[in-house]
This record gives sequence, C-alpha cells and structure tokens, in this order.
Amino acid sequence: MSEVLSGGDMLVRALQDEGVEYLFGYPGGAALHIYDAIFRQQKVEHILVRHEQAATHMADGYARATGKPGVVLVTSGPGATNAVTGIATAYMDSIPMVVISGQVPSDQIGTDAFQETDMLGVSRPVVKHSFLVRDCGEIAEVVKKAFHIATTGRPGPVVIDVPKDTTDPAVTAEYSYPDSVEMRSYKPAVRGNGRQLRKAVEKLLSSKRPMIYSGGGVVQGNGASRLTSIARRLGFPVTNTLMGLGGFPGDDPQFVGMLGMHGTYEANMGMHHADLILAIGARFDDRVTNNPAKFCPDATIVHIDADPASISKIISADIPIVGQVANVLTELDKMLETALENQPDALDKDAHKAWWERIEQWRAAHGLNHDMRPEAGKPILPQMVIQSLYRATGGDAIVTSDVGQHQMFAAQYYKFSQPRRWVNSGGLGTMGFGLPSAMGAQFAYPNETVACVTGEGSFMMNMQELSTCLQYGLPIKIVCLNNQALGMVKQWQDMQYGGRHSSSTYADSLPDFKTIAESFGHVGFRIDKAEDLEGAMRETFSAELKKRVVFLDVWVDSNEHVYPMSIKGGSMQDMYLNKITDSQAGDYM
Amino acid sequence: MRRIIAVLLENESGALSRVIGLFAQRGYNIETLTVAPTEDETLSRLTLTTSGDDNKTEQIVKHLNRLIEVVKVQDLCEADHVERELMLIKVRAEGADRAEVKRTVAIFRGQIIDVTTNAYTLQLTGTSEKLDAFLGAIGSGLVLEVVRSGVSGIGRGDKILSA
Repeated sequence: MSEVLSGGDMLVRALQDEGVEYLFGYPGGAALHIYDAIFRQQKVEHILVRHEQAATHMADGYARATGKPGVVLVTSGPGATNAVTGIATAYMDSIPMVVISGQVPSDQIGTDAFQETDMLGVSRPVVKHSFLVRDCGEIAEVVKKAFHIATTGRPGPVVIDVPKDTTDPAVTAEYSYPDSVEMRSYKPAVRGNGRQLRKAVEKLLSSKRPMIYSGGGVVQGNGASRLTSIARRLGFPVTNTLMGLGGFPGDDPQFVGMLGMHGTYEANMGMHHADLILAIGARFDDRVTNNPAKFCPDATIVHIDADPASISKIISADIPIVGQVANVLTELDKMLETALENQPDALDKDAHKAWWERIEQWRAAHGLNHDMRPEAGKPILPQMVIQSLYRATGGDAIVTSDVGQHQMFAAQYYKFSQPRRWVNSGGLGTMGFGLPSAMGAQFAYPNETVACVTGEGSFMMNMQELSTCLQYGLPIKIVCLNNQALGMVKQWQDMQYGGRHSSSTYADSLPDFKTIAESFGHVGFRIDKAEDLEGAMRETFSAELKKRVVFLDVWVDSNEHVYPMSIKGGSMQDMYLNKITDSQAGDYM
Repeated sequence: MRRIIAVLLENESGALSRVIGLFAQRGYNIETLTVAPTEDETLSRLTLTTSGDDNKTEQIVKHLNRLIEVVKVQDLCEADHVERELMLIKVRAEGADRAEVKRTVAIFRGQIIDVTTNAYTLQLTGTSEKLDAFLGAIGSGLVLEVVRSGVSGIGRGDKILSA
C-alpha cells in the first residue's frame, strides 16, 4: 500500500522503515524541512550533537559496537564539510554509515549560494558511494540503495545529498519502501571459491610454522566465533591487527598479541618466521608489514577478504579467497573438521610443538609485562593506567580510544575477549574520535560500561560533546593519560629529530580538566600520585558513579615511549624494544 | 606497458567523475579518454589508455570494479582487439604545399573535409601510431591545429563486453 508524503516525511519514514533507532545530527537551513519531519514522529530519535564531526564519530561508534549502520544528518555547507573527517574515518576502517546532508535548492546549485558546498565532490574520495536526490519521488529508492551499499560487501559510508526543494512540504509523491534492491553494477561476492578453499585447507594442514593474522574484517564481518573455532581446532597462534582486536580472545594462550608497528615481539617475530600466514579480513597495511619487500620471506599467504581490491595490493597472495568473511570461515571450519576426522594425523604436531616453543621463548624474552603496579613516589606509567582500567572493569568494558600513545597502550594492555568491544580510528588515525564514538556505543548499550581512553591532546579536539553527554545522560568514563604533550609526536621527535619538540608541548597552558568536567555537570578527578591510581580507578567505575560521566585525569610520565616499535625499512622482526636500543636512532616510519 | 581499458558504466551524472577521481586519487595516469552512451542509453562506454605493469593494471581493474556505477571492466590488451582513434588536423595549404598535402592524405587514406584558400582541414582514423606517423610525414611546419578523439577499442571476434 502506498501513501502520499512530502520529501521530508518520506526521508524520515524511510529511516523508520530501515529500522534506524538514532540519527546523530545538527540542524541548519537546508535541512529544516527534514528536521520538521523528525519533530512530527517518535520512532527515530534525533541526537543533537555540538559539532558535526562528533555526529559522524557517534554514528561510527554505534556502528562498530553493534554492526548496524550509523546514521547522520547534517545541513549543507559547513555542516557537510565538518562531517567529512568522520566520513573519512569510517571509510578507512570500512564502517557502515549513511550520511544525509542538506543541500541548497536544486535551482541554486552551482551559484555559490549561501552555505553551498559541492558535498558529492568534497566527499567523493572518502565514500563508498554517494547520491544526489533529484526529486522527492526517488527518496525511498535512494535510501534503500544507500543502506544496501553501506552494509554489504566491504562496508563503508554512503552520502545522500538532499537539495532543500526535494523535501519541500508542499511537494508530495507516492511513497512505498522497497523490500529489496537489485543493482546490476553492484553484486559483492558472498561465498568463497570452493577450489581455493580446498587449496587453503591443504596448506593449513601441511604447515609447520603457521600464523593466523586477523583484522577488522573479522570483527566487522561477524567472523569472530568462527575464527576462534578454526584457531582452536588447529592450535595455531593468532595475532590481531589494531582493528582486529577482540576478533580472538585477548586472554587466550593461543593469542600472541597485536602485530605491526607497535605489535608484540612474539607476534612480529612469529609473522616473520612463519611458513604459512592465514590473513583474514586484514589488508597488509603499511603499519603492519613494515617494508613489503622484506615481509615474511618464507610464508605462503592465504588471504580471505570481502574486497578483491585488497588482495595482492601490497603483498601478493598465494591463495586469494574473496567472500564475506563469516561465510568463508564457516565453510573453511567445516572443511577442516571433515579433513581432521578423515586424517587425524594430518597436522604436523611435532613441528607445531617446536614452533610454539620458539614463540614462548620470544614471549618470555621481550613480551609485554601485564603486571606493572604503581609504586608510591614514582611516576605513573601510562601502561599501568590501562592495566588498572582492565582490572577495574573486569576486562569487560567497551573501550574507545583517541589517537596516539594512549591508543597503542590501550591496544597492547587491555585484553579484549570479545569482538566490538574495542573502538578506535585505525586507518585514518583521527584525534577527537574517542569521546563521541564512546557516546555512540553507549546509546547502543545503555547498561554497559563504556570507557574512553584518551590523551589531553585528543580530548580537546571534541570535548564540546561533554554537553551532549549531559543532555542525553550518557555515563561515559573518560580515562585521560595526561602527559602534557602530544605524546606520539614527541616520541618521534625524541627518536628521530634529536629531541627537538617542535610544537608538541603545551604544559603551561593546559586547562584544569577536573573543573572542565564539573562545569559541564560531570564528575572530575585529577590523579598525579601513583599511590592514588588504583583507588581513583575503582571509584570511577563504582556503582555510586555508574550514572555519571567521570573524567579521570591521570598525570603520567611524559617521557614514556611506546615499544616495541618497527625500524623503518626493515622486516617485521626489526624492532626497537626500549630506549636503550633506540639510541642507535635513525629513520622511523 | 600501454593498456586499453574498456569500462561500461551507468549513464548517470557523476559516474565519470568517480572514474577520473579514482585515477587521480590512486596516482594512475590517463593518457587518453573517450566516453559516450552505447546502444543501451542507460549505459556509457568509456575507453581509456594508461600504462603500467600487470600488477598495476590488475589494481586499476579491481578499483574500477569497486566503483558502484561501474558495470563491467575489461583490459582489452589481454586479448586480440581492434583500436582506432580519430584525428582532425588543420594545416596550412598554400602554393605547392596544397598538392603535397593532398598526396600525403591519400597515402594515409585520410580525407579533406574542409577547404579554404590557404588551409585544409583533414580527417584521419587509425591506430594512434598511424596518426603519429601522419603528423611526422606532414611536418610540424604546416600544422595549425590538431584534435584527437582518444582511443576507442573493441575485442576481436565473438567476445562481447555487455551488461
């Protein structure tokens, strides 16, 4: 049954029909017909942010935590351009998102009208696809296509640019929301190729030094439980990328930690010496591979990914398998189960035992110390704060982060045991992502503990959202590793630029974050003594403060560096491990 | 290595800009580009020439396929194909040059499509090499203006690129 609606009503109705719960946005002239339509309904809740960038990060955090697409509404011009950083963030990490931007009326497009920006042009390199609505009659179909494209294949953000005249309440058309959409030019691969899968099984079974390298595709593609089943069946070591953390339980003995630039010693050594790498939903990012020419010289590479363009882009795959990660892993798991039933001795147990012994030696020699306790009178090390957070939350919080040293410490020391519990901007590295993405996750899971690990630099990029937290009662726990500097920049300057801290410090002009939190109506603590850390962390996550935003400002040792760190131009086994080895200095990546 | 890539894409505004944007964004070069609607007016066919090794070409093809409006992509150089380019040239044609230009045009099977008292406008079709050779033969001294269509290409035999 179809009905007659205006474009504004149609747009909101289509979001309802798509099952959208939250719309993160900010009003403005070109979007006002749409905002009026939102006002006249109850199903889709609009969340008023304080800056459009934060709206996109909230939608992004919501999407990462739930797997459902995040939805954003902004006005034309500055509203749209402010959203671009968040769109690019989602694009780089393949996050499903639909961004609706108001646009000046069709007959004013191209005239440099007030608040006009060519949003399709500006956003083109950072969207999976985009649409310009031409008349209100096509709105339902465009919305359906946008959600279909954003959520299938390799997910990504889709922009719908909506000229004001197409949402005019005086202009109506028939509305009916399509059940499905068929596009001849867009048919993402779903299942893996059977022949390739059989070859992969053969290689997996005959490997002697295997390594499973899984990325964000396993988390976003809902493949974590299958991956765990495969890894346990085979007994192989598993490493996760920054985006893939939680794809395999972080507290499992088979887990060797994150790999890459700041990955663990055992993960990077294991990768380098492996004879077989099973890469799943990962894209051989430069932050992982180090010098591609020296990457894993002995390894046969099996690469499973939803995006054919990710395969053999940086590192040539011996056995490429294109398909939805969850489907491919399910198929692979079944084939492995059958193969091992038929040939119980198929795996080379002796070789694997020897391989695990080497890995344990690496782990014992230079693995991360997960038991660093604060000592009275000594500086607080940032790693201790993450470990304290892990204890206080029982390892069970949704943790978001901003970008920099604190992000790496969180990735290294918070052992994520489930997927969708670790939310960070991996590909684009967007400072200011932490707080709004935590808010998006909290909207999705109002009863869960959501912690934002941040630095004082990143936090100041989107701290206006503390006001939004108050408005919607979002009890985010903000743990700030305050090192009074742009820590990662400073680390590079220490290591690569003779300690010349060009524009990376501002200790004399930092605000009092405790007072800031309080002035926004929240709770603030400032901790600068090691002996106070545990107690303050427990209080932050206590039942009394469960419903409050708490800002825990922890003054940490500002000289601490993140290790291990890859040596530029080297292979994965080339790492600086501490300040002594990095005194040989040189080039970084 | 020179490649000729044929792309069928939805005949929609903005589709072409995504193709061009992809090349700019990923640092691929475009040497020639030609695009027009096909017998099915909902589809445009685009032919572009670029250069690169097998890996680069594979990446170009994969990334083109990733664009939502792209329906089919083919590297024509992977199989037998025919390619043509159209060139219009305005040359100075005065005195003895008038007869000389006419003879050269005849040798290259071109046509004179416009004549004035001191200039000819010529039309030539062929491979890009043939058009280059013609320009060499006529000599740069006489050439006043050149416009080339860019390469169009099609697979030989029964192979058909269709939606």
